[in-house]
Amino acid sequence: MTSLNSPYLRQANSVTQVMGEVLLALLPGVIVYVYIFGIGVLIQILLATLTALVCEAGMLKIRSKPLGLYLGDLSAVVTAWLIALAFPPIGPWWLVVAGTALAIVVAKHLYGGLGQNPFNPAMAAYAAMIVSFPALMSQWPGAGQLGGAAQAALIFGGERIADAITGATPLDALRTGLHAPNAQLIELMRSQAFGAFGGRGWEWVSVGFLIGGLYLLARRIITWHVPLAFAGGLVLIAAIAHLLAPLRYPDALFELTAGAAMLGAFFILTDPVSGAATPRGKLIYAGGAAILTWIIRHFGGYPDGVAFATLLMNLCVPLIDMKTQPPVFGHKKD
Amino acid sequence: MLRQLFRFHGGVKPATHKTDSTRLPIGRVPLPAELIVPLHQNVGGTPYPLVAAGESVLKGQRIGAAEDPFSSAVHAPTSGRVIAVEPCVLPHSSGLRGLCVRIEPDGAERWIETAALAWRSLDPDELRDAIRDAGIVGLGGAVFPSHRKLRSGKGGLDTLVINGAECEPFITCDDMQMREHAAQILRGATVIQQMLGARQVLVGIEDNKPEAIAAMNAALQAAALQNIEIVAVPTRYPTGGAKQLIRILTGIEVPHGKRSTQFGVQCFNTGTAWAIADFVENGRPLLSRIVTVAGNVEQPRNYEVLFGTPMSHVAELAGMQPDTDRFIMGGPMMGFRMPNFDVPVVKATNCILVGSPALFPSPRPEMPCIRCGECARACPTDLQPFEMYWHARAKNFGKAQEYHLFDCIECGCCAYVCPSSIPLVDYFRFAKSEVWAREQQKNAADSARVRFDFRNERIEREKQEKAEKLAAKTAAARAAAQSTQETAPAAEDDPKKALIAAAMARAKAQREAQAQTDAAQDKKPE
Repeated sequence: MTSLNSPYLRQANSVTQVMGEVLLALLPGVIVYVYIFGIGVLIQILLATLTALVCEAGMLKIRSKPLGLYLGDLSAVVTAWLIALAFPPIGPWWLVVAGTALAIVVAKHLYGGLGQNPFNPAMAAYAAMIVSFPALMSQWPGAGQLGGAAQAALIFGGERIADAITGATPLDALRTGLHAPNAQLIELMRSQAFGAFGGRGWEWVSVGFLIGGLYLLARRIITWHVPLAFAGGLVLIAAIAHLLAPLRYPDALFELTAGAAMLGAFFILTDPVSGAATPRGKLIYAGGAAILTWIIRHFGGYPDGVAFATLLMNLCVPLIDMKTQPPVFGHKKD
Repeated sequence: MLRQLFRFHGGVKPATHKTDSTRLPIGRVPLPAELIVPLHQNVGGTPYPLVAAGESVLKGQRIGAAEDPFSSAVHAPTSGRVIAVEPCVLPHSSGLRGLCVRIEPDGAERWIETAALAWRSLDPDELRDAIRDAGIVGLGGAVFPSHRKLRSGKGGLDTLVINGAECEPFITCDDMQMREHAAQILRGATVIQQMLGARQVLVGIEDNKPEAIAAMNAALQAAALQNIEIVAVPTRYPTGGAKQLIRILTGIEVPHGKRSTQFGVQCFNTGTAWAIADFVENGRPLLSRIVTVAGNVEQPRNYEVLFGTPMSHVAELAGMQPDTDRFIMGGPMMGFRMPNFDVPVVKATNCILVGSPALFPSPRPEMPCIRCGECARACPTDLQPFEMYWHARAKNFGKAQEYHLFDCIECGCCAYVCPSSIPLVDYFRFAKSEVWAREQQKNAADSARVRFDFRNERIEREKQEKAEKLAAKTAAARAAAQSTQETAPAAEDDPKKALIAAAMARAKAQREAQAQTDAAQDKKPE
């Protein structure tokens, strides 16, 4: 529908612009990622982007939607980048390609395309892949462990000898370490996997995502509710647990900078389509995701909990939004 | 002392485009060849015509009279001859026709007799009737009959808000009128204040109009008026909405469906205050208004325009550009596209926005909603437009109403900010009209059912009445018959029965006589 009615003025913004800003905001994190862990992630981003665009174009053609208009909205590219950043950078090429195809074809278009998907496509892809290929999805390189050529070789079919190519991620190290009898957190934290204030190397990637997230806040692409409720919730629950059992649970700063916490707070949970939309709803949604993330991290079977927490909270969004409608003008109780 | 201001949620800040049309003073418009004065220029009932084709009229002569309490009179804007009273195209986006008085001006501008009104000594009801007959309606664009607003609620009135916010881009008619006629606007405000018994008057003006604020403050000081304050309010669309301005100045939120007087506040536009002063001081009814001509013209400017003047006549004065493709009545946020260039200026015409494809390019194609929530952040009535859109699109109008569809003031902020360029206001207008249509249908069905039930009941009742009548009749007859058997024959029956008895007796005697003669004759031959 093209309107002939008022308003005749429109702000110069578009979905393309919103998605473009998100991509721009991802760059600091990506640059730090490449600097510390090598070019593997760049190859993954390239693979995912190409796959996403091909799948998006195919689905749009099947659904007879205008190709130029929808392909140019960059939403598929954002999904692709998030998948590439969530997947291990040295995973085989088909892992990220299959994940991205699943995200675009099933999680996005089979649910009705842009704006209609109840689940975050990138997280749906991550969840499907980690359930199907747990070993491959858990092979992460340590900081500076593998050169560019070695990473490329692994992606395109090199031989995988797990111990030689991967170091444990900090969350993994924590989990397996703490399962040993008489294990103590302080001892563990001195090991290779841990850095200055978080996972070794990952802490700086997280800072990169934080910078990008603050940019999105400043540009008013996202609001403060989701990042604050997620980070705040995680800090709160981690601080309490650390206070009660300092030998078993790491401190709040570690929780915030390990794994996908920052990516989740600013780029994944803030996805407007699959997330809550009312201000109070966003607080509940992101706060719930924080609690679930912490629980999955420490009591679940997977190294990180952000993806499953996001998907579980996606399920609750219609209810949350329905129950958190803000009072309208003239009906407030103040 | 700085007044504490309140804020409403949301709002947007589009480019104002106001400076171009404020460079020149308010201009005069030469008489057009013909004035087309629609009778219906107010919210409420259409006035009925008082003149017929061929009659000559004086300037200020009433040509349409209010027919119901919500109606307001219409006057001949100049002297001349009535060419016709007939339906013409109205300044309405639908191209609807309505009864208009077409007047050929004679150029003499002969006035009716006018005199100042002794309004202080007038009975309030008479004064309200006089204002109705002077055709004064809200000139902010809503054209609500002013006489209906000139009564305070039950609890009396605390604050009179004079609305000089003028938040729509391009429009500067109130701005220019405040600059040039500040004193008269304030005098009008005092008349309204006294009629309403309001404790204080707050004149709200957006702070992008420093000249108007200065002029109003100067006039205020010169007149040494008490309890009136000129308040500069932040520039943010839609501050000029009555409820938004009341919120900013008093902190009160008037909910949908309630009147501000229930909260002790009433609101009038600056132009309306000017018109009321003009009427009580000079006895002049409302014949013209200030109109901003802006957009695709060489020299945007404000003009004082007689009602009925074709819009093209005014736009050409301002130098309408050749690539003009539309006129919009009102501003770019809430204005309506006119069906043609020659529709007349009416009381609601605060602005003729001359449009071109370059000035107002058609919006980008509509994309799916991504629930970004920009619209909810921009909504001045705290609605969730994306939820309402979702339900309106699914034609789930009941759900849309649950999300307060009818609290929507159609200000256009949501559509203005939408990154998917969804014409949200169109969806809401559509949903509202569907709900109204359904309600009308339901009402029609309801009244049909009531009529049908009534008819059935009536038939049933008539049947019953008939049966009762019949029963009563038979009962009476039976009772009568019984009484004849029991008692002596009634007087009326007597002669009949006597006659019958006599006849029977005669017949019997004849038969007996015959028998006797027969017997005698039978005996003789023997």
